[in-house]
Amino acid sequence: MTETKREVWITGIGIVSCYGEGAEQHWQALGGDKAPAPIQDSERFPPYTVHPLPEMDWKLQIPRKESRQMENWQRLGTYAAGLALEDAGMKGNEEALSSMDLVVCAGGGERDIDVDNLIMKESRERDDHDILLNERLSTELRPTLFLAQLSNLMAGNISIVHKVTGSSRTYMGEESSGITAIQNGVARIAAGQSTHLLVGGAYNSERLDLLLSVQLGHYLMQNSGAPVGERIKEEGGTLLGSAGAFLILEDAEFAKARGAKPYAKLTGVASDLGPRDEASTTARLNEIMDKLDIQPSDTTAVISGASGCKEVTATEFAVLRKRLGSETAIRAYTSLTGNALEANFPLGIALSALALKNNSFYSKFDVTETDAKATPSKVIVTSLGHYRGEGMAIVEKA
Amino acid sequence: MSNKFTDHKGRPIIVVTGMGVVTSLGEGKDANWKALSAGKSGIKKISRFSTEGLRTHIAGTVDFMEPEEISAPAISYSMADSTAGEALEQAGFGTDGFPGPLYFAAPPVELEWQHRFDLLAENTSSEAGYTAVLEAARNNKHERMHELVQLGTIAYTIADKYKTKGLPISMSTACSSGATAIQHGMEAIIRGDTDAALCVASDGSVTAEGLIRFSLLSALTTNPEPTKASRPFSKDRDGFVMSEGSAALVLESLEHATARGANIIGVIKGVGEKADSFHRTRSSPDGMPAITAMKYALADANLSPDEIGYVNAHGTSTPENDRMESNSLAAVFGDRIREIPVSSNKSMIGHTLTAAGAVEAVFSYLTMSENTIPPTINHENPDPDIILDVVPNKSRQAEVDNILSNSFGFGGQNACLVFGRYLA
Repeated sequence: MTETKREVWITGIGIVSCYGEGAEQHWQALGGDKAPAPIQDSERFPPYTVHPLPEMDWKLQIPRKESRQMENWQRLGTYAAGLALEDAGMKGNEEALSSMDLVVCAGGGERDIDVDNLIMKESRERDDHDILLNERLSTELRPTLFLAQLSNLMAGNISIVHKVTGSSRTYMGEESSGITAIQNGVARIAAGQSTHLLVGGAYNSERLDLLLSVQLGHYLMQNSGAPVGERIKEEGGTLLGSAGAFLILEDAEFAKARGAKPYAKLTGVASDLGPRDEASTTARLNEIMDKLDIQPSDTTAVISGASGCKEVTATEFAVLRKRLGSETAIRAYTSLTGNALEANFPLGIALSALALKNNSFYSKFDVTETDAKATPSKVIVTSLGHYRGEGMAIVEKA
Repeated sequence: MSNKFTDHKGRPIIVVTGMGVVTSLGEGKDANWKALSAGKSGIKKISRFSTEGLRTHIAGTVDFMEPEEISAPAISYSMADSTAGEALEQAGFGTDGFPGPLYFAAPPVELEWQHRFDLLAENTSSEAGYTAVLEAARNNKHERMHELVQLGTIAYTIADKYKTKGLPISMSTACSSGATAIQHGMEAIIRGDTDAALCVASDGSVTAEGLIRFSLLSALTTNPEPTKASRPFSKDRDGFVMSEGSAALVLESLEHATARGANIIGVIKGVGEKADSFHRTRSSPDGMPAITAMKYALADANLSPDEIGYVNAHGTSTPENDRMESNSLAAVFGDRIREIPVSSNKSMIGHTLTAAGAVEAVFSYLTMSENTIPPTINHENPDPDIILDVVPNKSRQAEVDNILSNSFGFGGQNACLVFGRYLA
């Protein structure tokens, strides 16, 4: 639990998802009277459906010279970070950027699929696999690819491209890394250890190597693009989505001094880890909600980062409905954007802040959800990792 | 508001009450210190996999643990388990659980070649490649393989075993990760979020692909003689030696440690951090971010440069790092830098990457408690441009009260820590 001593404002949002880019475009697409149809691609990676990136013009945020050093995962994060800085009115502000703390949640970058496929193919024809690896990896791998793969090099690229150089921390651990990034960012500002920071991550779902790493544990949904609520009535599973989500968080006093306006304020974050059976998970989620003092209210709604994996998502919804009332508006945004793993929690925070700023909420994202009774003034953002780690944040009207 | 439990800023004083370490020199503090203070090298010819056709044949591998398989996540876990256990035992925390969170500097793990080949062998009917291995993954659930390649798993497993509190935090700041884990523990205690933190770093990623990737960046030495290859600050240094290792430190507020009657190893006095926007792998030529990080650390510790008795250098043995670090130290310490011993543990253990900052923290506290400064070995050919007293070749008896430890990493990461003797 992170007690907010200094008020933490969200003053900038930079998001890219299958619905396009930028805070405003996302509100236009998702915030209307009727939720948009999911944007999915089920052709490229059958039997898997992914939520793909929109068409990107990377040079709008990243000079070509730098862009060439990256693959799409890093480009997406660097791009979304630029949008957030722009949105907060801090892009190019050298003084603010040189003391701005950078907090990134990251996995690993793209492998060279062609090289991997070539080696796998040749491995069928010979038994000396270690020599094969030495030969092929030494000659086929591009030297710069390593730098496109290192987890902390998304942060490195953001520092290079946008000149954010206060401090730089990268968290890892799939969905949990997003929870940690937000929790740590909020804790540092609340305690006066930081005045302003850029926090977020990106995920490129259009990658065979990453689909494989999730499929190994049988967590992926196959042959279906159904929304979360419907998916968990069947066998369940997660659908991955490409997204970048960055936020500017500021000490409210720091923001006021520079005349910045908040989208919303982040008033608490709590997280935990434990066994995933129903009873233990329920107990942990209740403890998290106790720490965050979550009580039933018509003006409290939920933005859920549910993975869509059957048991854990069903438990999450049951616990939330028990605590908040069965009519509580829960929006599983992953039905529309897909699960953006590391970037998933920051994306949920961004969508919550957007609704609060617009004095509105989202229409049902799937037929199993219920309409909001009143305009929420408080949104609970949830993230339960597809296999481990849980967290919640409270985003409130500023 | 200052009292005996708070520092110059009224913040809780943070102490270390337990430490554990594994490097190529051995398992545990005793084995490591014995070798390190004797100037012994742990670098050897790689036996884990064939190096035929590679430019590099040596590494500081840790081959004496018993991991569940030979892979980066499994080796990293086995070492982290050992060091966390050693640190908690020394600190006096039994199996009942640890009263704080786990901050874990984690290696970037992913599926390895043996896994791909295993999956491929399960599905011989399709053309070899990702299509075939994905089919194999669909045909059979590979729960353990999935867990091993998730970046959070090592920390989750350590947290489960040693019953740390809450969601463990996995992090990477490349080669400064170990220092970053300690920094996180300090910040959490200062915030009052916790009275104690377990900070662990581990890296067991000497695989053929790992070695080749660093080699392609021309970061590794091509010196073929294992024990001679890591030559920090020498004129003939030509790159670092990739190595494995882990370290764990139990951090507590002095008040918490005192209340439970813990034995105090030393104080963590300050930390400084500054990001660099110059280049992905190279530091700003003027060293400004490194200089700034060192200055911030000294200011955080409320110490003047004159009060530092020894610098545990990052000292990787690459031409560029050692020049930049030497110049940056001169900028911070002025002429006095000629008189301060500055040595690099990496001359003996190589570069333990993710673990380096934490491994070197453990060695720094041993330097104070044993009144012995470990040497920079292989220093036969000094670089005339480097004016440091690198404690060449043989350890030196010295009573040191305050140590500055540097960690710099790819991606513009710079973190410096200041350790001090505990004077009750």
